[in-house]
Amino acid sequence: MTEFNTRLVHGPAQNDNQTGAVNVPIYTSTTYRYPKIGASVQYDYGRSGNPTRQYLEDQLAALEHGTRGFALSSGMAAIHTALAIFKAGDHIIVGDQIYGGTFRLLNQFFKRWGLNATPVDTRNPAAIEKAIQPNTKAIYFEPVTNPLLQVTSIKAVADVAKKYHLLTIVDNTFLSPYLCQPLTLGADIVIHSATKYLAGHSDVSAGAVITNDEELGKRLYFIQNALGAVLSPEDSNLVRRGLQTLSVRMDRQQANVKAIIAHLQPLSAVKKIYYPGLSGQPGYETLSSQAKGAGGVLSVELSDDVDAVRFVNSLQLFQLAVSLGSVESLVELPSKMSHAELSPTEQLKAGITPGLIRLAVGIEDQRDLIADLDQALAKAR
Amino acid sequence: MCECQKNESELSLATIAAQAGNHEDERGAVSLPIYLSSNYRHPTLKEAINFDATKNYTYSRLSTPNRRAVEKTLASLEGGTTGFALSSGMAAVQLALSILKTGDRLISLDDLYGGDFRYFDYLKKHAGIEFDQWNGQKISELVAKLTSDTKIVWLETPSNPTMKEIDIHAVATAVHEYDPQIKVIVDNTFYTPIYQRPLLEGADVVIHSATKYLSGHNDLLGGAVVVKDEKLADEYYDYYITTGDTLDSFDSWLLLRSLKTLKVRMAQHTKNAQAIVEYLKQAPEVEKVLYPGKGGMVSFYLKEESQVERLLNNVKVITFAESLGGIESLITIPYYQTHADVPVKQRQRLGITTKLLRLSVGLEDADDLIKDIKQALAYR
Repeated sequence: MTEFNTRLVHGPAQNDNQTGAVNVPIYTSTTYRYPKIGASVQYDYGRSGNPTRQYLEDQLAALEHGTRGFALSSGMAAIHTALAIFKAGDHIIVGDQIYGGTFRLLNQFFKRWGLNATPVDTRNPAAIEKAIQPNTKAIYFEPVTNPLLQVTSIKAVADVAKKYHLLTIVDNTFLSPYLCQPLTLGADIVIHSATKYLAGHSDVSAGAVITNDEELGKRLYFIQNALGAVLSPEDSNLVRRGLQTLSVRMDRQQANVKAIIAHLQPLSAVKKIYYPGLSGQPGYETLSSQAKGAGGVLSVELSDDVDAVRFVNSLQLFQLAVSLGSVESLVELPSKMSHAELSPTEQLKAGITPGLIRLAVGIEDQRDLIADLDQALAKAR
Repeated sequence: MCECQKNESELSLATIAAQAGNHEDERGAVSLPIYLSSNYRHPTLKEAINFDATKNYTYSRLSTPNRRAVEKTLASLEGGTTGFALSSGMAAVQLALSILKTGDRLISLDDLYGGDFRYFDYLKKHAGIEFDQWNGQKISELVAKLTSDTKIVWLETPSNPTMKEIDIHAVATAVHEYDPQIKVIVDNTFYTPIYQRPLLEGADVVIHSATKYLSGHNDLLGGAVVVKDEKLADEYYDYYITTGDTLDSFDSWLLLRSLKTLKVRMAQHTKNAQAIVEYLKQAPEVEKVLYPGKGGMVSFYLKEESQVERLLNNVKVITFAESLGGIESLITIPYYQTHADVPVKQRQRLGITTKLLRLSVGLEDADDLIKDIKQALAYR
């Protein structure tokens, strides 16, 4: 059982000789009986270990080619857990286009405890090298960024990191282990907002941290257990269940994205499309050497004669909501929503124009999605 | 002692608990539906831009209807303005301490859950935060430890596992007299708001391992932080959504369901515990019983280590397992289990010995529990 699609469906072998259940039960018990005093037991308390969560954690580790996985209560809890291994006085380098919540965690939370971060354009290894300080401990980035889908080479960053004995930490949310396995490209820690593709149904908030290093695994476990941001057994089961359809969902999402792009590209209402999964797009060569695809998110810059607000409000199937990676299609207007905190000048500098729309494409029939985009474009011109 | 004071307009705790989350559903459902959705549709872009996170919903990390309902109930039960529901009791400790910055100091009682000390030690090493301990006896000695860097005084009462009660009102008054900015934080896991409402006694923040009495069925992990001051609540909210250790909707719903029976459960826990204490006090194998008179937690010393082993290995109704506060009775040996992370010397000083047992008395028939202890101690 070595092929990825098989591992998605089956996960680590279960030996439930009591009932023969094919799937791991949802263990809600918070505490576990000791057979006798001094006995060594696998599970004693739900925060420290839970069989349902453990199943998911083992599966996450296997899918990412890691040795240990950790399931947390949200993507931010996963990022918090991974960064909590550092100490006051440490420094990390972070991608300058990473998720805003991660910046908030660094600037509002960790900074007070003396952990400093320098944002750099991680597409440029020389810029990373220039930012390294004597106390630098790690490089943290997203290989495909939000919403402009800029591509950073995981291998190139990991090469720099190895040269300077730094850790490479990759937020792999946008690609998932189906498309990309950063640990095989030199990364040390992989993070997911499992709320997105891994769970895939907009019904769970969850995060994951995976490593292939025994020592890092111990440090991460200490944090997970001591800080207690663990994923509940019900949600562990829902993520496990979501993983079983990860590849069929993402195949359909990517096919839908390509059909949408083929339809939109010739239209005068569309100025520019951002999607590194198609040849000719920036980052395509790098991404295709490290990943099997670019996922289900694309961004579209509408022409100046299209009213972006009207367009977004007119969509029927694409729901105006945050998040991504799910079975249903979603739309977001970065300049007014996710990146609203930036000034207009800062927005333009970052490439967030007023006409930029982010689509998170689901698994609906592509003809219905295209018809929805067409009717909204017609209303917005 | 807690008078469990209330304003004229305030409902009694039994009513708040029984009706927790009712009157919330727009379709009129008496029990709130479980909202698993991780994100919420904005009706228009305008609504998205002017989004009010305290009223509406956008993303489940920020809030869900189930979590909001349980948070509101926790806040009213504790007499606070704002509640936060978290993924575990330790996540609640993590949030409560998130207001500390490098160089700040925390003074805690010396007799706390072992996991608290483990996290204090982490913060000392990773964030440069200083810690000191107070033995819970003379308040003047606590005041003598306060400095301009002190930001938090941390109590757990009754203490775990030696069941010492601390006068929250006296501590809060003395600490706030020294500096009103120091936050007095009380872990109210053992007594719950049914027996003790620290915010009404002058504390600033209450925390719970909601895994224990609040949920009460040993089937969910949860934590709670309840705050009196709205400004402090805003600060906590920022850290809460940033670190993301939130309680999921399903467990929020279960916790709300549990709170409905909190008062009746606590009353029965106390009744059963009192009956067991009466038995233990006269049992020839028992050296000493530690019980503050109410609640379901009883600690006791046996005379011989061989009796400890016999009891733990042979109980049949009572389960030898960690945790507490559930409907079923659990017994632990803190020295090896809950307090294994506390330095040996400190365990000795606190009286956490290899002969000390901690019993979480459940809701079974008290006579069956007493018979079970008797047969286990007599086992040959």
